[in-house]
Amino acid sequence: MAKSYDVRRLPGFGAIAVLTFILLYLPILVLVVFSFNAGPSQSEWDGFSLQWYVAAFGNQQVQDVSIRSLWLAAVAAGMATALAVPAALATTRVSRFPGQTMIYALINQPLMVPEIVTGIALLIVVAWVKVNTGYSGMAYLVLAHTAFCIPFAYLPIRARLETLDPTLETAAADLYANPWQAFRYITLPLLVPGIAAGFMLGFVISLDTVVITEFVKSAGQDTLPTYMLGQLRRVITPEMNAIATLFLALSLLFVTAFFLITRKRG
Amino acid sequence: MATPPDSATGPEPDPQKESHGWKWLLSTPALLVLLVAASGPLMIVAVYSFLSPGNVGGVEWDFSGDGWFRVFFSRDIFDPENVSWNWANLNVFWRTISLSLQTTLICAVLGFPTAWFIATRPPERRALWLFLITIPFWTNLLIRTFAIQELLRGNGLINTILVATGIVDEPLQLLFSNFAILLGMAYVFLPLMVLPLYAAMDKLDFRLVEAGYDLYASRVRVLWHVILPLVKPGFVAGSILVFIPSIGAYVTPRVLGGGRTMMLGNLIALQFGQGRNWPLGAALAMVLLIIVMAALVFYLRAVNGEEGKRRG
Repeated sequence: MAKSYDVRRLPGFGAIAVLTFILLYLPILVLVVFSFNAGPSQSEWDGFSLQWYVAAFGNQQVQDVSIRSLWLAAVAAGMATALAVPAALATTRVSRFPGQTMIYALINQPLMVPEIVTGIALLIVVAWVKVNTGYSGMAYLVLAHTAFCIPFAYLPIRARLETLDPTLETAAADLYANPWQAFRYITLPLLVPGIAAGFMLGFVISLDTVVITEFVKSAGQDTLPTYMLGQLRRVITPEMNAIATLFLALSLLFVTAFFLITRKRG
Repeated sequence: MATPPDSATGPEPDPQKESHGWKWLLSTPALLVLLVAASGPLMIVAVYSFLSPGNVGGVEWDFSGDGWFRVFFSRDIFDPENVSWNWANLNVFWRTISLSLQTTLICAVLGFPTAWFIATRPPERRALWLFLITIPFWTNLLIRTFAIQELLRGNGLINTILVATGIVDEPLQLLFSNFAILLGMAYVFLPLMVLPLYAAMDKLDFRLVEAGYDLYASRVRVLWHVILPLVKPGFVAGSILVFIPSIGAYVTPRVLGGGRTMMLGNLIALQFGQGRNWPLGAALAMVLLIIVMAALVFYLRAVNGEEGKRRG
């Protein structure tokens, strides 16, 4: 009886949804396809070739900015994760305490404030510190990216912590483990999926960050995104498509790994 | 199991919900970093908005309301007493708000059927469809904007097809327009609308929908009077999630717009570059921040209002 009238059906919605999925993937697909173009065009297909990948790999500047991006993402995500673990321990599975809302607001601030505002705010501070100390190394970028990655590392760790059975720690304490031992041998190993997920999310976010980097970086500190942003003003060859495709593949790898890790949990 | 009597190294009395004690101290390293590299600088922006501009960027440490004044007004160069509205800035505000609202609307119109589609798939397939929505969300925003730029170029795929099929005689100027920005923002922010809408539909009680049909309501009436009110929280959350990054957009209008189609984010950046008016830039950044905060407060009130209604 119910089958004759499907309450879940809304006419036309399926078509719009399929169209949306196509629209979502078509531009990326075109970008990837033309990275394999034999000719220099973004719209006329001249046959398959890997020449633009060869060009991208041979481009010294691309090598430099890619290595800098990966290094920065690894360091910033690592530091953000290292800071997020104790922060999650401090704010999860505890009764409400004064100042808790403020701690949440601080941790989640990078999620709420537009990147351009954080960017110019850091520009002001960095300019001032530079004038007064003369230092213009990578520490500014590392610090800026770390702060930006903290909420992204914090959320999966906190989510994992909330699923842990608190009686395990009680059991450890019953067996005369001190709080550090209970953390080191019980909580930390159980937290590993959350920590790995937090690191990966932080890594992807740091790789993505372009506005903050653009305003904080000193001369010669371009990352892959800021390099690409600078190049987009010029005449573009499929070499840029090749770089973008590789970048995309890297992000995809991390996102898929993130999903597999968090899925295992459920 | 009883806790050991030895309290020096023993656990807290209630391990389910530990009292805070010293534990919050564990968050201080993270808070310090955030204070130095996020919140602190924000307060300095507020201070800078009340200073005087330096000659080559930077500021002079004299109090001045000029930064805020110039956000809305401009003075005649030859006759400083002659004050008028700063239409250049007001135009940018208008474009920013209008494009952000349009982006939200487009995302809602496309996102609702998409979320509905996912929510009505068999449960075992939903994860895959959701994953397909989430992938673009986690891939680089710059690359997705670049992909749109490629398509819209004078010699890009869209123009090539339009010319080849004879629909237009020569390539259209699609890039560097409000249209290009709108298209780009709707494209990059769409997943942010679909995800909360899906979350709301996932919890939807389809017996209510069925009841509507049993009472001879048409599909349109059921959609309007049953489904939409029930998934409204998802709409509100999705709209806020799209509106906030739209209003603060910088990369998308920079790549797809041009010098003449700036949004607020680009106007702010300009003051710290060629404009060399840091106090004005700081004041504009505060305006942007105030709009974002207002949107967040609106959201929280809407959410609390809904919950109040449900309880009451």
